[in-house]
Amino acid sequence: MSIKLEHVNYIYSAGTAYEKQALKDVSLEILPGQFVGVIGHTGSGKSTLIQHLNGLVKANSGVIYYNGENIYADGYDMKSLRGQVGLVFQYPEHQLFEEDVLSDVCFGPKNQGLSKEDCEKRAFEALELVGFPEKYYHQSPFELSGGQKRRAAIAGVLAMKPKVLVLDEPTAGLDPAGRDDILDQVKYLHDQTGITVVLVSHSMEDIARYVERIIVMNRGEKMFDGTPKEVFAHYEELEQVGLAAPQVTYVMHDLKARGIPVDTTATTVEEAAEEICRALKR
Amino acid sequence: MIREITIGQYYPADSFIHRLDPRVKIVCTLLFLISLFIQNSLLGYLIATVFLAFVIHASKVPFKFIIKGLKAIILLLMFTVVMNLFLTKDGAVLVRFWIFQITEGGLKLSVFMAVRLIYLIIGSSLMTLTTTPNALTDGIESLLRPLNKFRVPVHEVAMIMSIALRFIPILLEETDKIMKAQIARGADLESGNILQRTKAMVPVLVPLFVSAFRRANDLALAMEARCYFGGEGRTKMKPLLYRRQDYLAYAFVAAYVVVAFVVGRFVPFHIWIF
Ligand SMILES: Nc1ncnc2c1ncn2[C@@H]1O[C@H](COP(=O)(O)OP(=O)(O)O)[C@@H](O)[C@H]1O
Ligand SMILES: [Mg+2]
Repeated sequence: MSIKLEHVNYIYSAGTAYEKQALKDVSLEILPGQFVGVIGHTGSGKSTLIQHLNGLVKANSGVIYYNGENIYADGYDMKSLRGQVGLVFQYPEHQLFEEDVLSDVCFGPKNQGLSKEDCEKRAFEALELVGFPEKYYHQSPFELSGGQKRRAAIAGVLAMKPKVLVLDEPTAGLDPAGRDDILDQVKYLHDQTGITVVLVSHSMEDIARYVERIIVMNRGEKMFDGTPKEVFAHYEELEQVGLAAPQVTYVMHDLKARGIPVDTTATTVEEAAEEICRALKR
Repeated sequence: MIREITIGQYYPADSFIHRLDPRVKIVCTLLFLISLFIQNSLLGYLIATVFLAFVIHASKVPFKFIIKGLKAIILLLMFTVVMNLFLTKDGAVLVRFWIFQITEGGLKLSVFMAVRLIYLIIGSSLMTLTTTPNALTDGIESLLRPLNKFRVPVHEVAMIMSIALRFIPILLEETDKIMKAQIARGADLESGNILQRTKAMVPVLVPLFVSAFRRANDLALAMEARCYFGGEGRTKMKPLLYRRQDYLAYAFVAAYVVVAFVVGRFVPFHIWIF
């Protein structure tokens, strides 16, 4: 289930006055079961990068391997790849179109050629996984609240039973409660099913809380790639490109500068609290 | 590919031509097109060539963007040339084979016709390459304002045009996104016969319409919130104003038209049959 990118370059509108290199020589590998965060400024190429993962856009140069197979090779089964690497776009609720939620969620599995019963079974499972309330199953998707629409849309991708779930800014435009809800649900999904998750976000706080590995994109290039602790150790460089480490990173560094012997690598509030207690007790 | 359609042809650059008032560019383009068609001599076309080369140079638009527009008319161009070449019977016969014959008049006409068409496309491309669609609409609105007297709702038509222009890129981008999202869910938009393909477009069209109506609604609300009520008594934040350079451009183009016409018509200058 690994996805491997080698020296991928991508240029929008090549050969026109509006040429824009969106990806520059990006190489990375996503391993099975990982929970990976992709972070970067608006326009840094995050969305472009993840659209390469299921072959929606084709790199101008470079190779992508899924399970060791070159996805650009002649005769490669793109449709099956798209079933295995489920991509949830930003504002996925804009893709809803069916008369009721259940049929919309069935769209993916139906395209995979499953029978009606299997589709519905998958849909029920997926809707339950994202915590979508059962009373709305037969309602029009256009009448739901923003958060519920998004859950329905995410379920639409999950129903295809992907091995890798890629989410492009799944919390954009949601209120703080809805945001935590969705992210908790994704985390739960990852822990329950062992699915590989790639989460795109521009909030360091979100990313730090959930992921085990962070890929930082900057102007189309991969800037850092490592565990949250490794990446946030570069908090000064992150700042220079307009990203900030989580607030606790700054607190920990300030404390240390004032002579309290804390370990500065804490990335979440809970970790930081524990670390401060430990340092003070001593 | 989507982006290409969206911005029309506009080529962003900072040049004398780009900075001209859009009305100047529209009127001058029309004058240039007319000058091409009242022209009928070698010298006249030479002057037009020099004029065009000068304007292209001043516009700072790379030549390859200027001739891009020609690709679209290549078929028409070949058709015109062939028709004129073989069907005109005028003057001495130059070549004759089987049932075809090429006359002096035919050769002359087909060459001039080709030059006219090519310059026509280059001339109008030059206008759209150096003027944003919105500036063009402004220019057209301003030029057509006299029609208000005949109860033509010029402002409203222009407003519709500029809103449509504004929405084309947005809707194209939206289409692109929705198509990608449905393809990611396994939708097959490409294979099958016409009926299957039309049916496959439903998952794209429904969200597209929903979003278009949502955007239209938002825009209407935003306009009303800012007290928009139509063109009457409405002033512009950036009214079109002629500046020195605009008068200069008018004078220059007028001079070209007159010179090309007079010289082309009255100075005898011939090479072979042209
Ligand atoms: N369809 C497109 N056509 C042309 N340029 C695009 C298109 N989509 C994105 N871009 C450009 O590519 C760059 C990367 O965009 P994107 O991958 O969407 O970044 P992010 O998701 O990190 O905000 C941006 O500069 C953007 O303007
Ligand atoms: Mg994005």
